[in-house]
Amino acid sequence: MENLTLTIDGKQVTVPKGSTILQAAKSAGIHIPTLCYLENVHAIGACRVCLVEIEGARGLVASCVYPASEGLVVKTNTPRVRSARRAVVELMLSAHRQECTICGRSLNCELQAVSRQLGIDKSRFEGAMPKATLDLSSPSVVRDSSKCILCRRCVTVCHQVQSVGALFPVERGFDTAVVPALRKELSEVACVNCGQCITVCPVNALYEKDSTEAVWKALADPTKHVVVQTAPAVRVAIGEEFGMAPGTRVTGKMVTALRQMGFDKVFDTDFSADLTIMEEGHELLHRLQNGGVLPMTTSCSPGWIKFIEHFYPQLLPHVSSCKSPQQMFGALAKTYYAEKMGLKPEDVYVVSIMPCTAKKYEAGREEMSATNAGPDIDAVLTTREAAKMIREMGMDFTSLPDGQFDDPLGISTGAAVIFGATGGVMEAALRTVYEVVTGQTLENVNLTDVRGLEGVKEATVKVGDLDVKVAVASGLSNARKLMDKVVAGEADYHFIEIMCCPGGCLGGGGQPIPTTNEIRLARMKGIYDEDEAMTIRKSHENPAVIALYEEFLTKPLSHKSHELLHTHYTKRQKYPAAGSCECEKVEELVK
Amino acid sequence: MSTHTCECEEKAQQVAADEKERYEKLDKIIETCKGQKGVLIQVLHQAQELFGWLPEDVQIKVAEGLNVPISEVNGVITFYSFFNTVPRGEHTIRVCLGTACYVRGGKQVLEQFEKELKVAVGGTTENRKFSLEVNRCVGACGLAPVVTVGADIYRRVKLDKIPGIIAKYTNGRS
Ligand code: SF4
Ligand code: SF4
Ligand code: SF4
Repeated sequence: MENLTLTIDGKQVTVPKGSTILQAAKSAGIHIPTLCYLENVHAIGACRVCLVEIEGARGLVASCVYPASEGLVVKTNTPRVRSARRAVVELMLSAHRQECTICGRSLNCELQAVSRQLGIDKSRFEGAMPKATLDLSSPSVVRDSSKCILCRRCVTVCHQVQSVGALFPVERGFDTAVVPALRKELSEVACVNCGQCITVCPVNALYEKDSTEAVWKALADPTKHVVVQTAPAVRVAIGEEFGMAPGTRVTGKMVTALRQMGFDKVFDTDFSADLTIMEEGHELLHRLQNGGVLPMTTSCSPGWIKFIEHFYPQLLPHVSSCKSPQQMFGALAKTYYAEKMGLKPEDVYVVSIMPCTAKKYEAGREEMSATNAGPDIDAVLTTREAAKMIREMGMDFTSLPDGQFDDPLGISTGAAVIFGATGGVMEAALRTVYEVVTGQTLENVNLTDVRGLEGVKEATVKVGDLDVKVAVASGLSNARKLMDKVVAGEADYHFIEIMCCPGGCLGGGGQPIPTTNEIRLARMKGIYDEDEAMTIRKSHENPAVIALYEEFLTKPLSHKSHELLHTHYTKRQKYPAAGSCECEKVEELVK
Repeated sequence: MSTHTCECEEKAQQVAADEKERYEKLDKIIETCKGQKGVLIQVLHQAQELFGWLPEDVQIKVAEGLNVPISEVNGVITFYSFFNTVPRGEHTIRVCLGTACYVRGGKQVLEQFEKELKVAVGGTTENRKFSLEVNRCVGACGLAPVVTVGADIYRRVKLDKIPGIIAKYTNGRS
């Protein structure tokens, strides 16, 4: 690639052609503050915090969009630059409900950090505050416009990365607001609850619906037997909330923390991930052998499920009927486990800790009730919420001793933990399908073709006489590419794995903030290391799963399995119900 | 006129037929623009000419037809002031709030219209008779405050003249 050389703050910097000033400065170790810019995702020069001075140019320019060119002389730290940046941020603060002491993003807030970095210690501007809305309609995502700085990152992520397009800016000038389509509430529009908008929001304008209060209440209730399950991706990320490096494996510490918090049993979603492989692997075989609908797609990502329900309802027969591991766990906790323990289902309170905000929505889907007595999952905490509770306990997380998951719903294999990474469900399924079909031992269990951050991956795997063609996508815009192929009849795959969030659950909307590609890769490494460290690495060898079939379910796809572990889907509208006449609204205005 | 349908029924049928025709025309507009880049604003313009405003149903139809998210269609419409998201009345009343009109009571005139019509600026009366808008100087500053109703101009409007102006357009036709 061609290079060019420019001068930044007196330093000669050589960068590839096409770089922006911001990128050039970064490569030279010069830090320019930003608020709306998001590496690889979003560079629109909207917030004007990254202003720099260019020799010969009259005005200051936004360095995140200004191209570097040969011989350019840039100054990033003159009095003029500093005072302009301060003015920009002070204006922003004048329209911002500043309440850092009681704000969920305090100490992890980009506005707070930039304000501190620029040395802002008073507000010079006072003015009218824009009208604020607090949208609590969604089971997953809360919108608080009084904190929004209009950076539009959420819009870019929702449209470009997820191809959902639920949010957009409306009006202009002082009236500008980032809102759900047609100014409806979030729950009324086609939003898939993925929470990717939350993870990119620089401030507390978007956050998950709180479940910590409900969980504290259940833990304090002596009549409840409270159990918790932890998703695979949580154990390689929650350490970040306590200052540990991304990807640090803290499974044992996490178990200890939860036990100290007062859970009666600390179980593992990995157990039901192994079970999912048994059911889903056999469903795939059944479809292959009986001319069923192909390609079959995975069903463990609730954001993906809501996406296909809204945008490709005609393809729903392709989706595996298996419940997600979270929901399989819930169904078993209230039946198999309750029976085993001699407990009434309604006295078992099931909490999930998930890297995901869509899981909150999934838990509330009305079909997710195996006992017909309320939901199978009583509360879903994100990784961030679980960390918040650990902090509230005053625990020193980093120095906790390692604990062990409880029997029987805490026993799992390496195949289950890789559910947390894109490609993991596929790899785990093929480890089992191969051995079930051929009756031979799979020597190399690592299916590296489907690993990694690439948006769409393909592979062909020889299983006996059959070449099984598979595809894997993460991020819904990538899922869309595969679905368009299916619609066009150009997808000759047998099996497709879709995870809603880029990189899979490890980059989920409930994970620690920030999540960058670098952090995704670190968490991914943690997941595959965890797999390698397990003695058993194939789901069908999980002894607790084998016992479950012997004692309770009989065999995969049995009547009982269908009753408890499988589900159905709902066609949903792509557009909110239109108000065809605005007269009523107008009248309201007048009153 | 046929003997067995009463007049109002016939009228309702006519309204429905007109509406259907407008939607068919919209389909054609979308069909010709489909697949081209940057046609959203153009299509919205034509749709507004057709319907007089852009109801949510029309916004959704344009979104579906051009394969643009509905949130973006609505965002674009609300960004530009020449798009209307409320229906237009038969007559548009515009009160000038240019500097001259403002200092000579334009604001009060506007408030009086709001009160009399029971509608806020930008809105349309329930009977779809009037829409109320604001003008930024019509260049008749010597005659301030100025009010226009369609093509008619009213000069030096006093508060007590307002009911008369409204009545002129309320009675008479339909
Ligand atoms: S969003 Fe950031 S700046 Fe605003 S109140 Fe919260 S912590 Fe403070
Ligand atoms: S949760 Fe996902 S789909 Fe919903 S608004 Fe946020 S990014 Fe868009
Ligand atoms: S909600 Fe957050 S991400 Fe979206 S525009 Fe506002 S501040 Fe930016």
